[in-house]
Amino acid sequence: MTTEALYQELILEHNRKPRNFREMENADRKIEGRNPLCGDALTLWVKMDGDSIADVSFKGQGCAISKASASLMTTAVKGKTRDEADQLFGKFHDLVLGTLPESEQASLGSLRALGGVSRFPLRVKCASLAWHALRAALEQGDDEISTEREGPEPPPLEGA
Amino acid sequence: MIVDRADFPLLATQPDLHYLDSAATSQKPRVVLDAMMDYYTHDNANPHRGAYALSARATERYHRARERIARFVGVRDIDRLIFTRGTTESLNLVAASWGRPNVGRGDEIVVTGLEHHANFVPWQQVANEAGAKLVICRLTADGRVDVDHFRSLVNARTKIVAFSHVSNALGTINPVAELSAIARRVGAVVVVDGAQAAPHLPLVLDDLDVDFYAFSGHKMLGPMGSGVLVGRRELLEAMPPYQTGGDMIEFVGDERSSWNVLPHKFEAGTPNVGDAVGLAAACDYLDRIGMDAVRRHEQMITTLASERLAAVSGVRIYGPPPAERSGVVSFTVGDIHAHDLATILDESGVCIRAGHHCAQPLMRRLNVPATARASFYLYSDESDVDALVAGVEHAREVFG
Repeated sequence: MTTEALYQELILEHNRKPRNFREMENADRKIEGRNPLCGDALTLWVKMDGDSIADVSFKGQGCAISKASASLMTTAVKGKTRDEADQLFGKFHDLVLGTLPESEQASLGSLRALGGVSRFPLRVKCASLAWHALRAALEQGDDEISTEREGPEPPPLEGA
Repeated sequence: MIVDRADFPLLATQPDLHYLDSAATSQKPRVVLDAMMDYYTHDNANPHRGAYALSARATERYHRARERIARFVGVRDIDRLIFTRGTTESLNLVAASWGRPNVGRGDEIVVTGLEHHANFVPWQQVANEAGAKLVICRLTADGRVDVDHFRSLVNARTKIVAFSHVSNALGTINPVAELSAIARRVGAVVVVDGAQAAPHLPLVLDDLDVDFYAFSGHKMLGPMGSGVLVGRRELLEAMPPYQTGGDMIEFVGDERSSWNVLPHKFEAGTPNVGDAVGLAAACDYLDRIGMDAVRRHEQMITTLASERLAAVSGVRIYGPPPAERSGVVSFTVGDIHAHDLATILDESGVCIRAGHHCAQPLMRRLNVPATARASFYLYSDESDVDALVAGVEHAREVFG
């Protein structure tokens, strides 16, 4: 199996120069995401404007897939409402599991670069770590800053 | 390679595979699979129970497997060799049946920063439950136990000293005799995790002054689910059982029961005869090659791999010099995450481990989130090293 589908140029570029890779001082929400299997950890900051995501940033250590996915996610969800971000996660999750119909992939924009993950079931967790952290952050109540750790995910058997 | 790859069905049928994860689990020679097949085909019955010849044969095969494995690791009193599911269960047995009853408030348990979670978390739990203190010995910069620090930690409050014979993450070979002698002076019980030693080093456990020694069958050519605990007889006899049920009892009254003699006291339920027979066959195979030859081969291949990898720009190797490690090379390549490296290597059929190697306390001490680990065994050869190095070079191109 070729890894070129996985490590597309856009992924490598976001890994080298992740966007929104910074701490955020005036964040409304801060959350930690961990992948207990490999020890990857990232911190996500979110600033809300009403029901919309005004700003989102992250820092942490992880593989190229988790870092690029977090970076692409921050660019994709900025300005989106909570519901829009949730819908996007749903589609993205289907994409990395390989269950998103071809016809719906265009709507994902640059997130499509992670489509190759579907052929590497062991890496689905890496690609979805930041998204799980975002969902947990959005589920927190308004104007509350807390540090919560995301629990272990079940293995991605559905993508195997 | 000092054995014929054709001896190993999985390797023989996948000639392009470079299996460099033997520290996680070894491949199995046909003689091991055949021995298990033979047992189930001809002698399978529940041992120690039936009053018929077949059950007697199963009992006999189980007994002979114990004798064979005891001989392999240099143990004369075979009753002190307990079959378990693996190193993890062996260590949990000691933690539950010796640790819990004997460790109290204010006592101390000494472990090292090198430990696999299996020889760390059970002691952390015993300490937390008892109100005792878990003390963690420092490492030197090249990933060895700091013996001076270890000496300073062991005192009259120390009840247990637990350390690995060989580190799974770095391959460091620890000075077991020296560490045991330090523990002996204060009367602490010595527990050794031998999971990475029994497959790779010649062992005479009767000559090692330790109280408990644990290892796994599946890392030494045997089947998964087979493991061993060798304990000091006096301690085993004084300890309460780990699990209760069939086979481990002497007499069961309505209110009280009494326990069977060693080793059965610690083997509740139907014994795993098939896997014991497989592990005994693995011991035959290893002894035929000779553990000195296994060790020499691994030193050669580990040194070669270390030298070749060190020549690739950006590669950093962790642990002591190769000749002083078991067949393990733990390394990082520049900023490339170990998981990405493993995915790239997998493309060319090279299987390595990437991550924290179930040794998160060690990773914190090395200040790395993860390393890549290539581990070798008697079936590894220079072509495996070539493929590994080529894959690492390719990864450097991809991640530029």
